[in-house]
Amino acid sequence: MSTTLKDEAAIVGIGQTEFSKNSGRSELQLASEAVAAAIEDAGLRPADIDGMTTFSMDANQEIEVARAVGIGNLTYFGRVEYGGGAAIGVMLQAAMAVATGVADTVVVYRAFNERSGRRYSTGIAEGIVTADLIHWSWYLPFGLLTPASWVAMFTQRYMHEYGCKSRDLAEVAVTTRQHAVNNPNAWFYERPLTVEDHQSSRMICEPLRLFDCCQESDGGAACVVTSIERARDLPHRPAVIRGVAQAAGADQENMTSFYRPSISHRPEMDLVAKQVYAMSGLGPDDIDAAILYDAFTPIVLWQLESFGFCARGEGKDFVMDGNLGVGGRLPTNTNGGQLSEAYIHGMNGISEGVRLIRGDSCNQPEKNDHVLVTGGVGVPTSGMILGQLD
Amino acid sequence: MATDAKRKAELEEKLRDWVGADAGSCPAPDVVNGQMIRHWCAVMGDSNPVYQDAEAAKNSIHGGIVAPPAMMNAWTMPPFVPPWDDLAAEATDGEQELHQLFEQYGYTGVVGTDHDMEIRRYLRLGDEITASKVVEAISEEKPTPLGLGYFIDVRWIFRDQNDEEVGSLLFRTMRYQPAQEAMPVSSAAVSSVPTRLPPPKGHDNAWWWEGIDRGELLIQKCSACGVLRHPPRPMCGECQSLDWEPEASAGSGTVYSFTVLHHPQVPGYEYPLVVGLIELDEGTRIVANVVGCEPGELQIGLVVEAHIEKVEGGMKLPFFRPAR
Repeated sequence: MSTTLKDEAAIVGIGQTEFSKNSGRSELQLASEAVAAAIEDAGLRPADIDGMTTFSMDANQEIEVARAVGIGNLTYFGRVEYGGGAAIGVMLQAAMAVATGVADTVVVYRAFNERSGRRYSTGIAEGIVTADLIHWSWYLPFGLLTPASWVAMFTQRYMHEYGCKSRDLAEVAVTTRQHAVNNPNAWFYERPLTVEDHQSSRMICEPLRLFDCCQESDGGAACVVTSIERARDLPHRPAVIRGVAQAAGADQENMTSFYRPSISHRPEMDLVAKQVYAMSGLGPDDIDAAILYDAFTPIVLWQLESFGFCARGEGKDFVMDGNLGVGGRLPTNTNGGQLSEAYIHGMNGISEGVRLIRGDSCNQPEKNDHVLVTGGVGVPTSGMILGQLD
Repeated sequence: MATDAKRKAELEEKLRDWVGADAGSCPAPDVVNGQMIRHWCAVMGDSNPVYQDAEAAKNSIHGGIVAPPAMMNAWTMPPFVPPWDDLAAEATDGEQELHQLFEQYGYTGVVGTDHDMEIRRYLRLGDEITASKVVEAISEEKPTPLGLGYFIDVRWIFRDQNDEEVGSLLFRTMRYQPAQEAMPVSSAAVSSVPTRLPPPKGHDNAWWWEGIDRGELLIQKCSACGVLRHPPRPMCGECQSLDWEPEASAGSGTVYSFTVLHHPQVPGYEYPLVVGLIELDEGTRIVANVVGCEPGELQIGLVVEAHIEKVEGGMKLPFFRPAR
């Protein structure tokens, strides 16, 4: 089959709630607000939506959100597994639905009270699903319960093999914070971070310090995906999906792939990179800016390596050379990322990717032909390249 | 909803002015004296002679009677005013004003959470102590099991008659909106000591934990192609055979990676908690706690050996210790 998803669909609307530590309302309300805002931004009406997709971890059923927002008939709905790994997987779902005609216009959303409700940082001690139980049995008795602890295990080995230091990770935190300082929607708006702040912050799971970890946030974000043809008639400059892919790697576990020959790189993210480059016909040199999933600082380095912006183990050098800043080679997480804007499971990163293409980021780089956006790291994951309408 | 957010913003605006503010001072009503020391020691059951026996104290390194260091903030506690006394209404200082502010905004609950004392020198009979208080920090609003609340850090600085600092105290309280419904507390949580989370067991892993219960560290071995695998799976990923047998590991290996956990602290585990990814000599890797390391000894490549030990609650687990 020769069909690909290249240039078949575009993001034409984005919407979000405020990001906070305590939203004071239901997750369904957050989802409804974000979805309605995205539809309005697209210049559409709820009745124009005929497809919906979200993360399997989202507590808001498609039909509940549809009823709340006034979306009518749905001809496509589907969900994507594996936490933040779903962040761009949902975009793949939306693009497939639009490209095949299963739906004309799909709204993608994610909303939760992750801070004031159930916090992921408190670990997997409760509420885990039955199918996962045996997997977690190898970690629960030993106290390896939190996302930070799993990422720390990979990070220690990575640092050992490539001579990466905590100071290198600080650079990611500080640069990302600098972007949030200029973003009024960011939790850390006008609150810069220094390398010393990072280096003196308390240990969470060695070698990860407090500021190596993203925040926990309440909020929702959504976007609208439709055909290129329809996108031409809508008010905003569309963000065309040039390449989009999901991947799980060999011997993959959900956050604990500790048994592969090497644990210092992410085969699933390598496979996402291979696919999005092949589909789009683009390479690392064509990417002008990136939204790299940043639940923790070291995972940014691993993605820089997976997507070929630098060689294996050289993520630290790429970062220390100032490449992630607005004037750098690859302005990254220009909204402040999940480290400093908000942790909305990667969905707020999609909004920022669209803003970069439109040219209205708070930290807008000059060149914005192509923007890379990725999903979670350590889980089966996903990524996409957004581009301009030709 | 909108009005709640507005009120919260209004409160936080006021709180910003409080950070760094003077919260009052308390001169000790009495000089450091033997009578209060005697009462304290009687209540605490502290018979150290340097606090009460002049002769013994003279011959000690102190050269005379000293007060128990933990009494530091007892000296400056304001005198007790009965609530029915008119004086009670007037007895306010900055800290109390701040607490009243929280009450006005519905944060009616209060609980002390931290009490960190730093002692610079022993107090001697006749010392005159004054405490001055500063609001050092106020946290962002945090969800807690008691309800939404703010943590307030008040720093007490204790000075003597020569204005020299003799100690300080960080007193942290939380003001909170009591949660609408009481948090469910299971009877198990009340009646027993928290223990490590047991491994959920099923067809594919129960046999391995039964091995641990017998004192054996097992590795799953494919009966068809001989490949070893951990964690166990029902089918061999190499040859798709469903036949397997357990093989006993010699229990020696090296640390392939590790992390030392500090936060969050889950009940039932002791922190800092070392979790290692151990590469067994047989070739498979396993996650388990590493114990018995000297400071600085824990590093990638450290040679370790497995010990199966019983933990609180009766469960058995493999631990790894440095090979001696």
